[in-house]
Amino acid sequence: MNPLWLSHFTATSSIGRGLDQTLAALRQRRGGLAPCAFDTVDLATFVGEVAGVDAVRLPAHLADFDCRNNRLALLGLEQDGFVAAVHAAIAKYGAQRIGVFLGTSTAGILQTELAYRRRDPVTGALPADFIYRTTHNTFSVADFTRHYFGLTGPAVVVSSACSSSAKVFSSARRMMAAGLIDAAVVGGVDSLCLTTLYGFSSLGLTSEQACRPFDAQRNGISIGEAAAFALLERTPDHLDADAVLLLGTGESSDAYHMSSPHPEGLGARMAMQDALNMAGLNPSEIDYINLHGTATQTNDAAECKAVQSVFGPGTPCSSTKGATGHALGAAGGVEAVICALVLQHGLLPAGLNTRQLDPALDLDYLLDNREQPAAHVLSNSFGFGGTNCSLIFSRAG
Amino acid sequence: MHTLTAYIEGIGLLGPGLTGWPGSQAVLGGQQPYQPHKTVLPPPALLPSAERRRSGAIVKLTLATGLEAIAAAGLDAASLPSVFSSSGGDGENCHAICEMLASDDRQISPTRFHNSVHNAAAGYWSIATGAMTASSVLSAFDASFGAGLLEALTQVVADNTRTVLLACDTAYPEPLYSARPIPDAFGISLVLAPQRSAQALAKITVSLTDASADRLSDAALESLRIAIPAARGLPLLRGIALRLDQRVVLDYLDSTRLAVEIALC
Repeated sequence: MNPLWLSHFTATSSIGRGLDQTLAALRQRRGGLAPCAFDTVDLATFVGEVAGVDAVRLPAHLADFDCRNNRLALLGLEQDGFVAAVHAAIAKYGAQRIGVFLGTSTAGILQTELAYRRRDPVTGALPADFIYRTTHNTFSVADFTRHYFGLTGPAVVVSSACSSSAKVFSSARRMMAAGLIDAAVVGGVDSLCLTTLYGFSSLGLTSEQACRPFDAQRNGISIGEAAAFALLERTPDHLDADAVLLLGTGESSDAYHMSSPHPEGLGARMAMQDALNMAGLNPSEIDYINLHGTATQTNDAAECKAVQSVFGPGTPCSSTKGATGHALGAAGGVEAVICALVLQHGLLPAGLNTRQLDPALDLDYLLDNREQPAAHVLSNSFGFGGTNCSLIFSRAG
Repeated sequence: MHTLTAYIEGIGLLGPGLTGWPGSQAVLGGQQPYQPHKTVLPPPALLPSAERRRSGAIVKLTLATGLEAIAAAGLDAASLPSVFSSSGGDGENCHAICEMLASDDRQISPTRFHNSVHNAAAGYWSIATGAMTASSVLSAFDASFGAGLLEALTQVVADNTRTVLLACDTAYPEPLYSARPIPDAFGISLVLAPQRSAQALAKITVSLTDASADRLSDAALESLRIAIPAARGLPLLRGIALRLDQRVVLDYLDSTRLAVEIALC
């Protein structure tokens, strides 16, 4: 593929608003997980909640979009000069030549969960102030974003559970290569809701502690929420050395089970290999892997086998979900931004909460931060339904 | 004007009064009257028994239309990348979850939860067909057919590969129905290819346009087109059913539609 330039990017998660706070949290090994106090949830679990989401106010003309997910989207968009960057891109390319590709798993479903508590006792009807289209519907976060910027080109939500906001890079890559657009707003937004908290709990997949990826005692995920965005443009002739490029994408399906990964990590292996092939890189050229690393028994075991089969045991790697929690449909986007920070700052982030590495998982899993330049990094995102996506990001010089 | 070109090699169609592509062409072409009746979803025979029991309407609809299109094209489903596009996934399942979460007993079942993901149909598809290929799972509310068609076309053009588009929506129960009135199940599947082959039915050349979407002259078919997002693709199928080279405009976003030049093969 022709490399694409992440000309601007930003992430907001439980470890901070925007790049400076995110980088500082990674440097200080500060996590964002805390015992769940969200809404009326009565589960013994930890969550990575973003502070201040409820206080966000949408512009008056977009009031119909008001819900936690779109408030989080706006909070994320407003960091790091991202809004100004998109406006500059509109001036450069035109509003119809910029696509919107956002990942989410549950969009604003919380709005419907809350509305179901206020059904008419006689008719069962939902309250009159409930607006499905602009809140609950899966597309609402992309629709909000395109209206917020006045973008008139192609727009879509990718919703393949926890691979969603990695896969948006692939969809945007194809549409740019096909020539339909000149730039793309990509990313992911997912926010806390009862469906995922009680749903993952029903599967026995939520930990009662802060999640411990790759730990011998790991016992489940901590659900998080996040908003991450990147502006993709074609690579110009001259770039600063620390500019970040998308070099490869790889996608596959497990064809195995709805909620368990392929035990040998076969689909994951195919996704990583395809990303390497597209990037034209050998496994030995990858300096760091941001693992999917959810901290479930099965994910980490299967992902370890897949990584070993492609890279051997020696590539430095970690899961940043011990810090951020698992932001589900926004995880791929957040971890893409973390990969960009790794490339720009030469910081390979430690995995948090992991006290004793599982001896069965033989990888160079980082328990301490490592200051080390990285030229090429790979990020894994896998999800329910056996959906896999791997991305490769690189420094321009 | 930038265009994307692909060859349609197979079509799958299932909806109210439209059962399969061969039997629906005369209706869409206007030679036979359209007689709507509730969509009948076939059991998902390809799925292992455990998954068959757990599968909802969106899974059955997706499998039926996708397999019809791929069989018509004479291809192996396991070999094809896929694009799943649905306005909002399984409404019955969503209703059941929201009802439980508003009750005193919030312990939703694991099956309810894994069926709640928007990519449930894609996951079951992969299990049923053995396809380990890439799949894109999309939503664009009422623009979902157009978004799916664009995604599939970009796979064909940028990655030089065949792909299968599966655009499917299923009915919403009350009280969600009042907020999102999708009345029945409807799905269109298309196998798209980058090169002309013996099985090609038509070449399509697609661009963005400011023109308004085509309407269907039959009032009942037009209400179907409006009522179910996946049915926004019907003017394309009518164009092929009429066996005439022509240009149709499909609904997409409020800001742009899709112009499709159809050239029969």
